[in-house]
Amino acid sequence: MTEFTATVTVRLKRGVLDPEAETTKRALERLGFELSALRSADRFELDLEAEDAASAEARADEMAERLLANPTIHDYDVAVAER
Amino acid sequence: MTVSVVQFGGSNCDRDAVRALRHLGIDAERRWHEDGLPADPDGIVLPGGFSYGDYLRAGAMAARAPIMAEVREAAEAGVPVLGVCNGAQIGSESGLTPGAFTTNASARFQCEPVHLRVERADTPWTAAYDEGDTIEVPIAHGEGRFEIEADTHEELVDDDRVLFRYCDADGNVTDAANPNGSTDNVAGVLGERETVAVLMPHPERATLPDVATSTDGAGILDAFA
Repeated sequence: MTEFTATVTVRLKRGVLDPEAETTKRALERLGFELSALRSADRFELDLEAEDAASAEARADEMAERLLANPTIHDYDVAVAER
Repeated sequence: MTVSVVQFGGSNCDRDAVRALRHLGIDAERRWHEDGLPADPDGIVLPGGFSYGDYLRAGAMAARAPIMAEVREAAEAGVPVLGVCNGAQIGSESGLTPGAFTTNASARFQCEPVHLRVERADTPWTAAYDEGDTIEVPIAHGEGRFEIEADTHEELVDDDRVLFRYCDADGNVTDAANPNGSTDNVAGVLGERETVAVLMPHPERATLPDVATSTDGAGILDAFA
């Protein structure tokens, strides 16, 4: 068994309104920053033991499918690194 | 008939729901989620609140609590299930109803009376109304914006499963009358069976004449009578 960290990034699908990101962008602009868009995402770091990277990724993928992301509004990706 | 009002950690409209149901002569009891449902549940309410502190997403944790497997089973067997506010978020998160409820377009928590147009009158939830009726029921939510994928939305409309839409006092479904940016002004939808419904507005807060400015919500709870 090898120790991995699987990083799951969950973000709103393109085109889904993100009022919190809009509010954050406006706050940055009030501070004098110039930017044309801001997107936010949730990042989950999962430490786990697995046979190999592929099975670590499969497990993290299932976690995203079943809980971490809501497929109606979210896209997600999984990246695995040895720890 | 005893309606089980499922109480999760962080539910806060469970007592209100029980009281409103009893006011209508419908027996109801709170049911702590860890205790499960009674053997043959007669009816189920998923009440409003902030279950699990809205961690991750509103309703996400409660939707995956073991009692929800029992709720889904009961729903499939035809037991009436109503999700209100956080209960609606739990219902959609658990797959009882399509779509998702997410952050209001205003990015604010909104607590205000709204008007709803009754889109179907031939369901248990709306038998007290006529199609096209306008009713006044309050909302109180930060994550009530109905989002749904385009193809699923099309199916929902084709199958006539939109139960309520936000409208103005005259029943016009307009952008101005949409409090939270919901797709297609959707405020409440039916599940695969007409005995399953979720809505963001609070019918139990529009039932008791002593505390509510409107009692228009009573007709929805009357489905359990």
